[in-house]
Amino acid sequence: MTQPVSPPRDDTPKLSPQVEPSPWRAVVARADVRTLSLLGVLAALILIGGITKPDEFLDTRNLQLVLTQASVIGVVTVGMTFVIISGGIDLSVGAIVALASVWATTVATQDYGFVGIFFTAVIVGVGCGLVNGVLIAYGTMVPFIATLAMLASARGLALQITDGNTQVVTVDGILDLGERDSYVLGVPPLVMVFAVVTIIGWLVLNRTTFGRRTVAVGGNAEAARLAGIDVRRQRLYLYLLSGLCCGIAAFLLIILSGSGQNTNGNLYELDAIAAAIIGGTLLTGGRGTIVGSVLGVLIFTTITNIFALNNLQSDVQQIAKGAIIVAAVLVQRRTASTT
Amino acid sequence: MPEITSRRGLLFGTAAVSAGVLLAGCTSNESDDEPASNDQPAADDKPGKQVTIGFAGPQADHGWLNAINDNAKSRAKKYKDVTLEITEGSNDTAQQIGQIETLINKKVDVLVVLPADGKALTQVGLQAMRAGIPVVNLDRIFNSPQAYRCWIGGDNYGMGLNAGHYIGEKLKDKKGARVIELAGLDNLELTKQRTQGFDAALKNYPNIKKVARQAAEFTVESGQAKMSQLLQAQSNFDALWNHDDDQGVGALRAIEQAGRDDFLMVGGAGALSAMQAIESDNSVLKATVLYPPTMAASAIDLARALGQSKGIGGLAEFEIPASLTLYSAVVDKANVKQYLPTGFK
Repeated sequence: MTQPVSPPRDDTPKLSPQVEPSPWRAVVARADVRTLSLLGVLAALILIGGITKPDEFLDTRNLQLVLTQASVIGVVTVGMTFVIISGGIDLSVGAIVALASVWATTVATQDYGFVGIFFTAVIVGVGCGLVNGVLIAYGTMVPFIATLAMLASARGLALQITDGNTQVVTVDGILDLGERDSYVLGVPPLVMVFAVVTIIGWLVLNRTTFGRRTVAVGGNAEAARLAGIDVRRQRLYLYLLSGLCCGIAAFLLIILSGSGQNTNGNLYELDAIAAAIIGGTLLTGGRGTIVGSVLGVLIFTTITNIFALNNLQSDVQQIAKGAIIVAAVLVQRRTASTT
Repeated sequence: MPEITSRRGLLFGTAAVSAGVLLAGCTSNESDDEPASNDQPAADDKPGKQVTIGFAGPQADHGWLNAINDNAKSRAKKYKDVTLEITEGSNDTAQQIGQIETLINKKVDVLVVLPADGKALTQVGLQAMRAGIPVVNLDRIFNSPQAYRCWIGGDNYGMGLNAGHYIGEKLKDKKGARVIELAGLDNLELTKQRTQGFDAALKNYPNIKKVARQAAEFTVESGQAKMSQLLQAQSNFDALWNHDDDQGVGALRAIEQAGRDDFLMVGGAGALSAMQAIESDNSVLKATVLYPPTMAASAIDLARALGQSKGIGGLAEFEIPASLTLYSAVVDKANVKQYLPTGFK
């Protein structure tokens, strides 16, 4: 073997030792090391929670609580994962959740009850996604800028609609969905929605043409175009999808908090991006998994839960959260590079 | 042509006459009214000298802050002699400094400022005072007394103190009573003061122990999230003090969702929804400690009095006071009817 002289040839010597991996390694590789390392982090957290607060943490109610708290941001993160895999970014998710939740809780829409609130939230979410998508796909705006503009204007509009007030939901049927009586086999309805969105997201990404196109666009948009993919339309659909997820999340948030407020969804964009990155999604696009993102969300929610149960103050919480993000990504890198 | 000149002459004539009347009016005002007006109370609705008040308020993204802006506007509208120059509310320090500078340049007579951050806006307060514009500092206090003529605001320490005493009196006969606290935004000075006051009051009741404290973010969403975790962490406690009624909407949701009713809850600020809940007495919320947004209306009163060089009704002083701290009254079922009209949405 001669010394490699150009980057493409660099790959050949690296690949040769991996021709015959051990059977165990093959299993690990198939299960995806990244996912395994995330499960490891989650298991470690559960261990910490179980040791520090055995009675409160290892309790069915607490499991229901953690999953419920994860639902809203989880649904947003599924949409965000698609967008990031395609090489884009959606900074407007938190603002869209806020706008959708306040629009859906105005007195006018509350008159139409459950259906009115649900459809308003979803339509507002999809509408914002449509604006994002058109600006990015056909207006050839950079996703960062287009969604930043949406962030500002959607928050402004949400503030204008509420006039700073908290809009309390008075429709009974909706609030009942957050109560313990409506749990089916111990599973809160919010968590069910989260699970369904996750499963559909996984199927769409891994088992459909739409999913393959998303990865292709993120990997190399020009190659995808040459391969006959309508890159523009694909991008439009992806931001629509993200907006749809925000609309659903807004509805879940309305059930959870019983109200619409213009401060809803504050910093969701950062939480969703962080969860996706921890989950192994490349910020440059082309790679990512739904399972990883959802595990990222669960890790975050579990951390918050353990902190609250141990009565740690918010400053300690923030420092530890930052440290855990770094640790999780470092662990992941290490495990990923050993295979 | 001659027609035009005569018309011009007529115009000049009228202008001269009216100017004369105006001058006479002004001088007579100054010589007769001013000394006597010192005795007139600020609350006097009788029109006085025209005053332009510049108001630089916060961004109304929260129930209480929104009530502040509303109170200021509606109070100013009540006075025929007050013109309100209002800037776009802002939570951004740099932007608010710019807005106040604009009001200084417009040469308003008096400034009312609720700073996003009192310490950060001290300089611009000084600047206004040096330009001869008296500043009424609303709620979040400036760093230097030179930066304002008068401060009016709520009592955060007293809010905690009164909440603590109310809970203390309710639980004083209970052995080993447990209390928890759902605080507001931890990076605000006022949150620390509320907690300090609360802890100080609880020291009077040795049978009571504060077992947990979590900070939320003044929003319904954060109130729901933090409260549900607190409820999970503390399987039994006797009382909860929640710093803010807005986040209390979320906290009450969390309590309802967890199916808990084994404790008493005291809120803070005085939102309408909280007062209605206290009145109907069908939840754990039994009282709320006021932090009245009416202070904005009072700030307009003070600014008007300053602009017209008047004192305050009922006080012997010729001038308005240098500082006014409002009382954090506890509203419970017994007196909620009286306070209900001040509840904000």
